[in-house]
Amino acid sequence: MRLTVKYFAAFREATGTASESMETTAATPAALFSECRERHAGLEEYSASLVAINDEMADWEAPLSDGDEVLFFPPVAGG
Amino acid sequence: MSDFQITSEPIDLQAFRQRLLDKSCGAYVQFDGWVRDHNEGQAVLRLEYEVYEPLAIKAGRRIIEEAREKFGVENALAVHRSGLMELSEAAVVVGVSSPHRGEAFDACRYIIDQAKVRLPIWKKEHYTSGKSEWVNCQRCAEHGH
Repeated sequence: MRLTVKYFAAFREATGTASESMETTAATPAALFSECRERHAGLEEYSASLVAINDEMADWEAPLSDGDEVLFFPPVAGG
Repeated sequence: MSDFQITSEPIDLQAFRQRLLDKSCGAYVQFDGWVRDHNEGQAVLRLEYEVYEPLAIKAGRRIIEEAREKFGVENALAVHRSGLMELSEAAVVVGVSSPHRGEAFDACRYIIDQAKVRLPIWKKEHYTSGKSEWVNCQRCAEHGH
């Protein structure tokens, strides 16, 4: 399936891109993120990272579907 | 106007307070988060906030709604800045007015605590040394897994 992946803040700087289209067999955001780390050497795994699918906060083990837009958020720091 | 807003402009504190005035309320609690000149031993020159607005606004509204339900307060608002900010500017402002002070303090505390961990907002510190860092990512990387 084909997905759109979006990177924010530290993730965008580590990958050098804000968005990319990916052909993948990853079933979950966790598996997809591992694939992204293989593509981009600088992409770090943080325990406090969050993920959203199609603008809704999601679980790292949620199912992915063709055409989904997956947003990877590094640890947040508002306020 | 929405109960939770993102703005790239300085926050007008007078106008913010005005929106929470209510004759049935005897208590008003406001929290301002300011840009501080140091963090973890480094001298901070300025801050930069990156905000993913579609989700930040959604999550921010949900937090305000939760505070209303949890603490029974009617009037609660929050504004968060995006973009570059200088020292001592207000990066975030939370305000709650209610008949009595107890629930106003509790609701205000709840909103700022939740905002810090749930909103897709990232803070980059620019140091006087010329370096810059995304807050929380450095620490996580060191302790990371």
